Amino acid sequence: MTDDFHPSRRGALQCLAFGGAGTLFTLSSGILTPIGLAQAATEKPAGLPLFLQISDTHIGFNKEANPDVAGTLKETIALVNAMKMRPALTIHTGDVTHLSRAAEFDLASQLMSDLKAGELHTVPGEHDVTDGTGTEYFARFGKASDNRGYYSFDHQGVHFIGLVNVMQFKPGGLGAFGADQLAWLKDDLSGRSGSTPIVVFAHMPMWTILESWGWGTGDSEEALTYLRRFGSVTILNGHIHQIVQKVEGNITFHTARSTAYPQPEAGVGDGPGPLTVPAGQLKHMLGITGIRLVRHHLSLSDTALA
Amino acid sequence: MHRVTHFLAYPLAMFLFIGSVAAADNSTIVIKKFMFNPMDVTVPAGTDVTWENQDGEPHTVVSLTGDFRSQALDEKDKFSHRFDQPGSYKYICSIHPKMVGIITVVAR
Repeated sequence: MTDDFHPSRRGALQCLAFGGAGTLFTLSSGILTPIGLAQAATEKPAGLPLFLQISDTHIGFNKEANPDVAGTLKETIALVNAMKMRPALTIHTGDVTHLSRAAEFDLASQLMSDLKAGELHTVPGEHDVTDGTGTEYFARFGKASDNRGYYSFDHQGVHFIGLVNVMQFKPGGLGAFGADQLAWLKDDLSGRSGSTPIVVFAHMPMWTILESWGWGTGDSEEALTYLRRFGSVTILNGHIHQIVQKVEGNITFHTARSTAYPQPEAGVGDGPGPLTVPAGQLKHMLGITGIRLVRHHLSLSDTALA
Repeated sequence: MHRVTHFLAYPLAMFLFIGSVAAADNSTIVIKKFMFNPMDVTVPAGTDVTWENQDGEPHTVVSLTGDFRSQALDEKDKFSHRFDQPGSYKYICSIHPKMVGIITVVAR
């Protein structure tokens, strides 16, 4: 499954869906290319482990689709901790909790503290801010962004930007960034060299996968206009609990699996709720994403729990 | 076809019975299959309106004008709000903003 990885020959992002738990990203010719966490655990792959994406842990969920989301998060963490080369950064793309409750955040923080994959960066999901202001979320994760939620930082020559698209909902609408955040993004990117690899992370998909299910961001086009001049842009989202990806010019879009429960494919069933699958299938549908840096190129891979 | 004909043949008394049940249920809104049901409700001023979530996915009840806001409602959780002032109150689920509803409050 992993031995066909040749970053130097890849012209576009690919993503291998493993029977396991995540995605690991590497950078290759300015473009993400996939490798597997399973591979990272057993051999020394090309490139530098850049960061790990974990998403939609939904601590507090306890329904039929997965009565033990703490257990599957622990399994995910054990899988990452078993890797021989672990990345120095972990990005959580939101829905840390299911109902924004303090006890859920406390348990999530306690579990995530066992993860031996560097500094933890986060953006909120709509389940983390159901009180409207995100009081519990910002009390724990607000410091990095001065309580705005969106912020940027640099790591290994890559510019990382965390964005919030879950706090400006309008009726019938998709997620949104809002004018203030978009102005900040424009300013954050201005003056940066087009050769700087950019990684953007936000909870909801930044392209419209299914409008009627809210699987998109209404004002993402403006954000993309500021990003298009860069040679390598990787946009990482969660929210939909399954891998969907798209490449548009130099921009790679990718959504990660959840560690908690799967959701139906776009438009299948009543709505974007938990999908109950036969016992034995669940862990094949949960996972994480990893990103590696290979000669200035990003490469990503998804790994499932089983 | 036979079934429809049969139903339409019910006497006026049956129609009135259904009407009275609907009126009694006006203050309860069920959240199911990512919908507020009914979506459009009219109640007299002073009514306590209750929402009950019957989905496995959490929902919220959030006024667009800031008049009321529930916590995240898990399956079987309820939220109530008393409407004292006549007017139109639009609301959404902030987790799934495609879900919209409206409460119209009329003077007693």
